[in-house]
Order: sequence, then C-alpha cells, then structure tokens
Amino acid sequence: MTVLKLEKVRKTFTLHLQEGTSIPVFDGVELDVDRGECVVLTGASGVGKSTLLKLIYGNYRALGGQVLVDHAGRTIDLVTATPRQVLSVRKRTLGYVSQFLRCVPRVGARDVVAEPLLALGVSRDEAGKRAENLLARLNIPERLFDLPPATFSGGEQQRVNIARGFVHDYPILLLDEPTASLDADNRAVVVDIIQEAKARGAAMIGIFHDQDVREQVADRTISVETSRVAA
Amino acid sequence: MAFDDDLPLLSVDGLSKSFGATVAVNDVSFELWPGEVLAVVGESGSGKTTLLRCLGAGLPVDAGRVHYRRRDGEEVEITTLDEPARRLLMRTEWGFVHQNPRDGLRLGVSAGANIGERLMAVGARHYGKIRDEALGWMARVEIDRSRIDDRPKTFSGGMQQRLQIARNLVTSPALMFMDEPTGGLDVSVQARLLDLLRGLVNELSLSVIIVTHDLAVARLLSHRMMVMQQGRAVELGLTDQILDDPQHAYSQLLVSSILQG
Repeated sequence: MTVLKLEKVRKTFTLHLQEGTSIPVFDGVELDVDRGECVVLTGASGVGKSTLLKLIYGNYRALGGQVLVDHAGRTIDLVTATPRQVLSVRKRTLGYVSQFLRCVPRVGARDVVAEPLLALGVSRDEAGKRAENLLARLNIPERLFDLPPATFSGGEQQRVNIARGFVHDYPILLLDEPTASLDADNRAVVVDIIQEAKARGAAMIGIFHDQDVREQVADRTISVETSRVAA
Repeated sequence: MAFDDDLPLLSVDGLSKSFGATVAVNDVSFELWPGEVLAVVGESGSGKTTLLRCLGAGLPVDAGRVHYRRRDGEEVEITTLDEPARRLLMRTEWGFVHQNPRDGLRLGVSAGANIGERLMAVGARHYGKIRDEALGWMARVEIDRSRIDDRPKTFSGGMQQRLQIARNLVTSPALMFMDEPTGGLDVSVQARLLDLLRGLVNELSLSVIIVTHDLAVARLLSHRMMVMQQGRAVELGLTDQILDDPQHAYSQLLVSSILQG
C-alpha cells in the first residue's frame, strides 16, 4: 500500500536579493513509497537529495505538484495543506531525522527525545522510559540523560537526534544521513532500528553516505538528478 | 491538535491603523488557533508593536474586525467592545507581557502583591491562598520564594521579566500577547527565559502572539510566523518554512541577515 506519493513536484528557488535569479531544482518529481519499504536516494553531493526530503517535510515550499501522505486513513496533499494540517501530519505521521540536532538551551537529552511523545499526549513517565531505552540502545551513557546535548560530541548529538526521530512510531520517516558521524558499532544499531521500523510497516526515504548501510536497508535505490528524479 | 474540528480563538480581518499620515498597520488579516504560537517579525517601524497594541491593549483601530472566542464559547468583537468588557477580558482570559517589565509591573508593591493583584481582580479574597498561589508561581518562574516580600525594583532585569510573566499567568489566560519579551536581556538570561516560556506554553497549551525582531526566538517558540514590512503582512506561514525557504524579498533579506552562530 502506497502511503507517500509525489506527483509532478516542482521546485525553483528565486533569489530576490540577487536580482531575482532563479535556480530550478526539480521539475516533475514522481515517487511512490509503500508501507514497510525503504527507498534510498543516491546522487552526487549538491544534486538535491536533502532538498527533496525538505520538500516532502514542508520546510521547503513546492511550487507545483502534489505530496500526498496517508494521515490516519485520509489522504492529505502537503503542498496545498494549511500550516495546521502540516503540523498535525508532522506530529503523528511524518517524522524527519536531520543531520544535526537543533539544541535548545537547558533541555536535557531525555526530555529532547521524549518531546514528540509528550506532544502526542503520552504520559511523562512512559515517554521518559521510552526515551531512556532508545538512548541506552544508542550507547548514550545514563549520566548524560539529564544534561543538555549542546555540550555533547557530534556523534552523541546525532544519536540523540536519531532517538528523537524514532521514539514515536511514525508511519513515514525521512532520514537525512542519520549515520554520517557514527562509528561502526553505532551504525549497526541504527541499521537495526531502521529494520525494526520497516518490520512494523514504516515507509522510509533515506540518504546514507555509507555504502554498507545503503545495502543493508534499501529495498529500492533512486538516483536523484537535477530537475528530475530517475527511477 | 485536531485541525478541522475546532475553531480559531482569534480572527483578525483587514486591520488597519494610521498615526496621522503614517500607516502603521495596513490591512492585516490572520487567524490564531488554540495552543498556537504566532511570531510577528520585522524590523523596527514595521508596525508589529502597533498591531499587538490594537489586538491586546485597546488601541483604537481605523478599520477591520477582530473576533475572539471566549471560554464560554461566545464570540466577541474586540474593536467595538465597551471598555469594562474589554478590561474584564484582559484580566481574566488574556495576558500582556511588555518588553520593559516596568510597564507591566507595579514597582512600588511587593513581588507577591504583583502576582496576587490579578487574582484579587477576579474575586480571590483569601489572603493565605493568594500568597500560596504567588509562592507557587514564583517557583515556576524560578524566582527564589524568599523574595516574595521584596519590591521588583530590587530585582534584576531577567527576574523582573519572569515576575511579569508570572503576574500574567496566575489567572490562567487563554491568550498571551508578548512584545519583545527577551528584548533588553543579556544572552544567557534570554536563553533561560525562552526555555521557561517554551515549557509554560506547552504545558498550559497557551495561545500566544509574540512580537520579536529576533528570528532565533521565533524559531524556538513559534509554530507560525508573520513577516511585517511597512505595516503589511508580506508573508505568513509555518515558521520553519519561512526561515528555511522564505518567498518574499523582504523575508529573504531578514533571514539572510541572521548571524550564523
């Protein structure tokens, strides 16, 4: 069953401060992702892989086409959805693991990870436990749980970010290089977590720098080229 | 947050306000939903504070309508509301946090009295209960409870701002107007205040309209953002969409002016 479908998605950046220079990025992207499927995007650096994920998540605004997601049994087009609809889809249905954790001063790692669950109404106890389990699995020492991740190493921050992205069972997940600065042991943990998400039916689109991670998680590989996506 | 089965808390339609020949707010419309934080950004003189004062502080408008849905479900039109009804709303369902805490506090009375005043205004009479409530709120905004009998003029700027917030929140408002609440504070004090606001907004599911020129504050606190330039709302949308992919020339200028930390 297709839970995420891109139809004729178009994107051009217009730089008003540079005499209105237009940078065309995509013209007519088509993509379907099924339940339990992991689609891996490939292509040279700068070709627009992250841009495509941001167009789906909605922090970049598509200029045409449709981004259709299955949201609690209803189909919603994120290109034309109201901001409130987009927020509701992001809260329940569509998760996004970026390359970097956006740290908030004074909020500890456990609370950073638990936040998406609290927003869904999960109790503080339950959310805290699930956050701790994931952090422990990702080899974050318990003594760091209460500390704000701003002071952590790059790899630790990324693992906190991954825990935050997987703490709720999002039906659709966008993964932007989640393994970029991890060592082999932690990469293996992330691969396991991705496999488990697939097994429970999550649809995923991912960008992975490491060939071995790609081979382990990809059901399909799609090459991104400027102005189009070739299957 | 269900998105299609509830109604906006506040609907602003075609609001305009001039001072003499200067058009401060020009035909601004938007809606605010329960539990939503809207940041109004733009440079000095863009009209954002005037907009806030028209909405939340009774500044008369030249044109436009502002509908507010009260707790009892009844909709009232703010710009034509009589003064006593508006004052009641301000004491019971609204809060207003000024940039300068001295504009929102009574400096001549104790911290406890500053917090208790709004409770008394809505009918609380039991001294012990009011004091307990004030102590509870001092702890929540991280002011040492032993300072309850001190006057706010002996407080630091950051403490005064936290006291102003407690004074507003004590009557559990549904809607808060905030005018550059972190404006005059040191960076470290700002971070603490932002973190506190973020927690309180989530916990109390407050609706907030926050005026700020600081896009980092908007990113941290708001769901949606409105960019104002010369009195007009030139862009309105999801906060991360406007910050990551601004469409309007002026929004692009604002975003490109952020210093990378």
